[in-house]
Amino acid sequence: MIDTLRLTAEEAKRLLEAREISGAELFAAYLAAIGERDPELHCYLHVCDGSTEDEGGGEGIPIAVKDVIGTKGIPTTAGSKILEGYVPVYDSTVVERLKAHGLRILGKTNTDEFAMGSSTENSAFGPSHNPWDPSRVPGGSGGGSAAAVSGGLAPWALGSDTGGSIKQPSALCGNVGLRPTYGTVSRYGIVAFASSLDQVGPVAKTVRDCAYLYSIIAGRDECDTTTVELPQPVELPEGADLKGLRVGVPKELNEAEGIEPGVAAAVQAAIAKLEELGAEVGECSLSLSVEYGMPCYYLIAPAEASSNLARYDGVRYGYRADAAERLEMYERTRNEGFGDEPKRRIMVGTYALSAGYYDAYYGQAQKVRTVIKREHDALFETFDALVSPTSPTVAFPLGARTADPLAMYLCDLLTIPSCMAGLPGLNVPCGLSEGLPVGLQLIGPQFAENTLFRIGHALEQAIGFDPVPERLR
Amino acid sequence: MAIDREQLLHVAHLARLELREDEIERLEAQLNDILEAVSKVSELDLADVPPTSHPHDVVNVWDQDEPRPCLSAEDALANAPEREGDFFKVPPGGAA
Repeated sequence: MIDTLRLTAEEAKRLLEAREISGAELFAAYLAAIGERDPELHCYLHVCDGSTEDEGGGEGIPIAVKDVIGTKGIPTTAGSKILEGYVPVYDSTVVERLKAHGLRILGKTNTDEFAMGSSTENSAFGPSHNPWDPSRVPGGSGGGSAAAVSGGLAPWALGSDTGGSIKQPSALCGNVGLRPTYGTVSRYGIVAFASSLDQVGPVAKTVRDCAYLYSIIAGRDECDTTTVELPQPVELPEGADLKGLRVGVPKELNEAEGIEPGVAAAVQAAIAKLEELGAEVGECSLSLSVEYGMPCYYLIAPAEASSNLARYDGVRYGYRADAAERLEMYERTRNEGFGDEPKRRIMVGTYALSAGYYDAYYGQAQKVRTVIKREHDALFETFDALVSPTSPTVAFPLGARTADPLAMYLCDLLTIPSCMAGLPGLNVPCGLSEGLPVGLQLIGPQFAENTLFRIGHALEQAIGFDPVPERLR
Repeated sequence: MAIDREQLLHVAHLARLELREDEIERLEAQLNDILEAVSKVSELDLADVPPTSHPHDVVNVWDQDEPRPCLSAEDALANAPEREGDFFKVPPGGAA
């Protein structure tokens, strides 16, 4: 009997190699779990049946893939009606790499439309639900991937992160998620949102699984010229000793308005654990990054989105509205095909880039981005990593923030600054508040994933967080 | 800086969005809230700070200029809403 709620990818790999289970049995176990629990959780927009070569014919570990990641022969909608029915004719590079490792695609996971959102409630196909409490959101935009891993509907998954879409849902669902250093994972074949920020990354039950999946997808890809080779290979973390590591606690990221007391308490306790494990912990400041990160992000990301989403015009793929003339067809297709949030962002971005406003909005935001980058760089002269809560709150009830776009934007207050600087961030579960998971965010300098894995693994062992939702145990 | 109805319709046209009347009203209020929040970036005096368009210092990347296989016409047209032969078919241009 395979317990998909507890099985890690590492253990699945061992069982497969020892021939204690077959790839087909493993795949079937996850399909059964999906059949049982996905009607309630709605993690998947498409479930594979394992029948075609496109799904990865190997005997390997199953994996769920966020629906902004292109998969040959498997529908890819980005959670949008404008891409309903779109079936890519080529694989994204990350999916090619999964298949080259024998991994098998279980299905495509739910996301806020075009990865714009923090709850999956912006998905055109309905929200996903948090496995810890289905009346609450799983976070977003990658809530489908995070909820699938926590709910035992996939051993691990790929997500994508622009301003927090891997880290924040991992925090709300109690799993481990890495937003990699910008440029370490190929964006080729990914539905683009904000190209200078988008990164694909792993979601898993353990830090070791997360590191292993990162090692599979990372590295230079000639189809994405922003990618680079990793300066050093990925190391699977082993030790529990953090001697010699200096960890900074940025005051503003830990004391920001809106951080729930239960979240702050769990993170404080985890920081004390880091000291017990031998790390040197010191307070520091990220005042400008935290104060100006949000406004900077909500200019740059929509500006890039307004440009990227111009391709959805009803000509080459996706939805097309009926119209007698071409301009009418473009405008009607886009208005009927896009949901509210992409429209808002297209409008903000188009405005910020338009003649007369460019310098005051987009140009100024790019300069703020330099300030944010410099402020982070300066801290990494003193510290090896920074620590804070990932999300100011635990999972909130469905519907609680949908009426107010700005309230939803605040979900990413703590994850956005390091994204603007292109830095890696790891979410590690660090406890519960009101019976719901609290996530701790570790931020490192560029290419410091191994340091984050080392700290995250040591903390994971010390805390002993049980990633299986209480109600499913 | 507030955005009025006329500007909103101009931006919608630039973005090729045909907004419905109820959307125009809702968006006008929401965009003004959002623009007020993001205008915070103008508080900083950054005259001497260079812009960052990208987190990396990758300068330029050249590929070998060698032909290699690419999508077939059939694959490229596979998702077309409408096609004619090897072409994407669209409605006629009209006055605009």
